[in-house]
Amino acid sequence: MPYQSLKGLKGKLIAVEGPDGVGRSTHIELLQEWLEVQGYGVLTTGWTRSELMSRTIASAKQGNILDPWSYSLLYATDFADRLEHQIIPALRSGFVVLADRYIYTAFARNTIRGCDRQWIRDVFGFAVVPDLVCYLRIDVDTLALRVIESKGMNYWECGMDMRLGADLYDSFKKYQGLIIEEFDKIAEEFGFQVVDARRPPEEIQEALRARILPILSEGRTKRIRKATEKGHLEKPAEKIVEYATEPTSAKEPVPTA
Amino acid sequence: MTTPIIKSPYLFDHPYPGKLIVVEGIDGSGKSTQLTLLRKWLESQGSNIFFTEWNSSALVKETTKRGKKTKALTPLTFSLLHATDFANRLYHQILPPLKAGMIVLADRYMYTAFARDAVRGVSPSWVRRLYSFALKPDLVFYFRVPIEVSLSRLLEGTRAELKYYEAGMDLGLSPNLVESFTIFQSRTLIEYDKIVHEFGLTVMDATLDIDEQQEQVRDIVSKALATYKPKRGTHAKREALFWRRFALPEPERTQGEADRG
Repeated sequence: MPYQSLKGLKGKLIAVEGPDGVGRSTHIELLQEWLEVQGYGVLTTGWTRSELMSRTIASAKQGNILDPWSYSLLYATDFADRLEHQIIPALRSGFVVLADRYIYTAFARNTIRGCDRQWIRDVFGFAVVPDLVCYLRIDVDTLALRVIESKGMNYWECGMDMRLGADLYDSFKKYQGLIIEEFDKIAEEFGFQVVDARRPPEEIQEALRARILPILSEGRTKRIRKATEKGHLEKPAEKIVEYATEPTSAKEPVPTA
Repeated sequence: MTTPIIKSPYLFDHPYPGKLIVVEGIDGSGKSTQLTLLRKWLESQGSNIFFTEWNSSALVKETTKRGKKTKALTPLTFSLLHATDFANRLYHQILPPLKAGMIVLADRYMYTAFARDAVRGVSPSWVRRLYSFALKPDLVFYFRVPIEVSLSRLLEGTRAELKYYEAGMDLGLSPNLVESFTIFQSRTLIEYDKIVHEFGLTVMDATLDIDEQQEQVRDIVSKALATYKPKRGTHAKREALFWRRFALPEPERTQGEADRG
């Protein structure tokens, strides 16, 4: 985005990726709660949730009018709208942005639908690189069980548009299998933090927090150093929580001057 | 995204039996009028024509309209929405008739995006890569016109008003609609001139009389279609032409033909 300066983004952008039904949303909710208790301003943003596009995408999915290109570009437009109206403004004012899916979901889905790998990366070339991408990795058998137990399988999550299998279950296994395979490649390409999502929810959440903590302290070093100089803190890393819960520093970043 | 050399991926001719003819130009250049006349002529020659227009797919039309109304569109989303529309029409409207050997006439093509998005500050190399799935047209007319001419055509002509985005009002160039139009379209003209050079568009003098321009257009098109073998024989099309030419009232026969079509 040559017309928009990306300098001075004080916040942190953390993306959680993984196949449909792996538990991303649940964990993001828990993370938001955890971060807010610590006093961080948190913005959660999810795929297809933009004001401009969510209705369009929903209606496009109803009919049989999606081709691989417009499928990709609809999602890119949705993402661009959220990026410019939610993500960048939030980062600028120092929020922690939790992204439920990020551009890598588009890379995975569109690549297995036959789009050129380079083209889809080019399309999303305007994106802001996240500070951290956590990848909830799971095998397709466990995933299938988890989805059936929770909300059931739907047309798009099963990739029925790709005609991979005769019924929902067969199609789901093949489609999500391909998605996971592609995610594994992308994880390597972009250096994701891999979290084993076959484990119990508490363990996954703990693993996620352990990866997020160091990222948060990175941005706060300046503030913590300042605070340490003033004698409020002794060991920065251990005292972040205490510092951040002070009412004055809850959402507004402390002026550095 | 600072690729110094713009690589155009559209260097290869498409392999389909049909022909793709495109008109480009700023608003008020008269390109749509010329395309309509070209269509009439080609149809009268017995060719099967498919016509497609910029930003007209059902998929995104509503969204663009909504976005324009609420002025929520940024240069980036504006650009992406148009690309989505284009992709959808390419797949559903342009490719099938080209494969079937028809002539496709397109009112605006990706060059419109290249020109407008550049004026809106979007990276030119990014937009070109965005459209890298597009087909190279067989012929692209660019109707070049000075800004004063297009402006007077728009203000005095059939439309008699300027539209918000057409005038580039979203860029905040001027609070005055006419002034904003002039600045925005002048910049678009500059971009078009670069594109003409980059992609080798056929430049037309759009200040000439309509029939004079059309004569040139038909001349160039006939040359471009020299190797084209028209697919004839779709019954419905020929019947329609037959009635337009002779207007013979034969209600029973018309009914029968309509049923078969």
